[in-house]
Amino acid sequence: MKVVAAMSGGVDSAVAAARAKEAGHDVTGIHLALSRNPKSYRSGARGCCTIEDANDARRAADVIGIPFYVWDLSDRFHTDVVEDFMDTYAAGQTPNPCLRCNERIKFAAVLDKALALGFDAVATGHYATVVDGPAGVELHRAIDGAKDQSYVLGVLDEQQLRHSLFPLGDTPKPQVREEAAARGLLVADKPDSHDICFVADGDNTGWLREKLGDRAPNQGGEIVDEATGTVLGEHTGTYGFTIGQRKGLRLGHPAPDGRPRYVLDIEPVSGTVTVGPRERLAVERISGDRLRWCGTPLPVGTVLDGAGVTVQLRAHGAEHRAVVRVLDERLEVELIDHASGIAPGQAVVVYDGTRVVGSATITRADRVPVGVAE
Amino acid sequence: MEAPTVYLDHAATTPMTDVAVEAMTARLREVGNASSLHASGRRARRIVEESRETVAQALNCRPGEVVFTSGGTEADNLAVKGLFWSRRDADPARTRVLASAVEHHAVLDPLEWLEEHEAAGVELVPVDGSGRLRVDALAEAIERDPGTVAMLTVMWANNEVGTLQPIDEVVALARTHGIPFHTDAVQAIGSVPVDFAASGVDALSVSGHKVGGPQGVGALVVRREVDLTALLHGGGQERDVRSGTLDVPAIAGFAAAVEVAVKQQADLAARLAVLRDRLIDGVRREVPDVVLNGDPVERLPGNVHLGFPGCEGDSLLMLLDARGIECSTGSACSAGVPQPSHVLLAMGRDAADARSSLRFSLGHTSTEADVDAVVAAIAPCVERARAARA
Repeated sequence: MKVVAAMSGGVDSAVAAARAKEAGHDVTGIHLALSRNPKSYRSGARGCCTIEDANDARRAADVIGIPFYVWDLSDRFHTDVVEDFMDTYAAGQTPNPCLRCNERIKFAAVLDKALALGFDAVATGHYATVVDGPAGVELHRAIDGAKDQSYVLGVLDEQQLRHSLFPLGDTPKPQVREEAAARGLLVADKPDSHDICFVADGDNTGWLREKLGDRAPNQGGEIVDEATGTVLGEHTGTYGFTIGQRKGLRLGHPAPDGRPRYVLDIEPVSGTVTVGPRERLAVERISGDRLRWCGTPLPVGTVLDGAGVTVQLRAHGAEHRAVVRVLDERLEVELIDHASGIAPGQAVVVYDGTRVVGSATITRADRVPVGVAE
Repeated sequence: MEAPTVYLDHAATTPMTDVAVEAMTARLREVGNASSLHASGRRARRIVEESRETVAQALNCRPGEVVFTSGGTEADNLAVKGLFWSRRDADPARTRVLASAVEHHAVLDPLEWLEEHEAAGVELVPVDGSGRLRVDALAEAIERDPGTVAMLTVMWANNEVGTLQPIDEVVALARTHGIPFHTDAVQAIGSVPVDFAASGVDALSVSGHKVGGPQGVGALVVRREVDLTALLHGGGQERDVRSGTLDVPAIAGFAAAVEVAVKQQADLAARLAVLRDRLIDGVRREVPDVVLNGDPVERLPGNVHLGFPGCEGDSLLMLLDARGIECSTGSACSAGVPQPSHVLLAMGRDAADARSSLRFSLGHTSTEADVDAVVAAIAPCVERARAARA
């Protein structure tokens, strides 16, 4: 196959490209220029988008022995990922930009362009596995559970999966680093990226304040205790808060019982942020829209209640046993294992065993009512 | 069974000519710093001075007017900053610098630097739709306040679209008002006749690797009467305006290349113009809506700059590269993200036009087979690139 290997400049995508070539594919390396204004040298190595990362990707392509180009997707990335990120925060929700990027950039804009240019597939360094199952293509968790990235790929549909290669799904991360070193790739010991690539210094709140300050529907509001209704403090914008957040509330005086308080709810229009004790974060039911099926879509009315059915609610989060109902354009998820601190805007990804069934964007998380023992 | 490489990016760099390779390699194993006083040093110095004389003869200047540099960019920086500083220091009222809007970044970026750090008043003079300087606009800009202009810089030929600039008319204006005039002639040498003394310009940049010499060497030719403030300080090796140990092998290769390039200029230009027109006609036949950018007549003989509506130049370049055909999008890659060419924007084109262009540049090794390979490959590549953008 003719394969485009998306190379971020990190170790995973470099080894993925090398493996794709070794498997006999005709591989071309590309680095996605996603930022309109890349900083040349950021503190530490974080994510993609820096000139240094582009150079690392180029050097890796040299060592692997494949052609290399930079594709400018900065406009698409800005519209489809960065603006979505800001809009979601402005709506009082918590976005997952990596998921959006996979859905709309890496396996959409890049894949479409690659197919049009005569390529057959896009290879990335994601830790996940694509297999041909009895009913068609299937997406599965990687064997390295700690690195598994199937959650952020839960937005890929059958067509996208058919043209995706994840050469690292069968390998534990430490082995990938060893392989990179053995292949002479200088990125072998480059640190993993964790933060959001377009927030240069990792300060999400500061970034949002700067970008969103004038656009947020509220310019501040009250922080209210759920149990008593007491106003505990004020804030300058709901985008600084995520459900389940404990740090940075700056409440001044402690709760009467002396226990820490957490963000329970965010009301984007009034700007009210509700806080309470940890046990009030427990969620028993979730609704989601924007369904994406990683394979054949399931018909409305389907109930997934098998023993292996679980949902994952954040990247590298726990598996929760659940019963999942497919409604019209909507999912209802009953959590057998309650979850804690679930933020609308994040994705609920549905698994059956190791297989990713599909995903939805969380629109509502119903907390366990007061008085029900956890 | 890989197809042979079709190299059509001579404006980026052109293969070294055999004489240049021989002149350079002959010197690589020899010891000697051209500033040393002993026999080895004298031998090195002799190579440098003979090279200087060779370059001077080829460009028709005096040997003492040739300042060897590390290439075209350094020559441009030295000219722009050096002329600005010396002129402003002599007369503090002179703070304006005028340049064409289509200069190379080696000129534009120093201008921007002068604006930020030296409070220079930089004015970019517009060009017409073919990329040719509007001399009326330049005259107007000068005459608004001639006493405040420190220097003028207008390239001899544009590196992207190949348009030749009206150097004679700019010289006439500069002379009238007593303003030092620099020209970046990096793309012109070897392609069109360049006679320094007859041209009347005060300073002229040359690059080694654009004329069949090695990379990393070039020269600023600057009239002896013109004051120039130094950029690099150290040993004062070159007329005290440029320091740094001279790269003797590179200078030897450079001089040999310039000599050949100038000697063969007329023949090469005639040959390339035929190939150029064959390429333009051939591509037009295959892709009827292709647009030729730049001046159809007043252009470099080896430059073919084409706009392919509905294509990303980047996609086209990649598709051609995969077939062994090497060209350029002509856009500067600033900060990793390709920016739409400032040259095409200055010519009144929009960003989409600017992104849909490719530059094929022919040179001394180009053949009819190269041209025909492009013509044979272009239609399917354009079709693919258009689909990729849809």
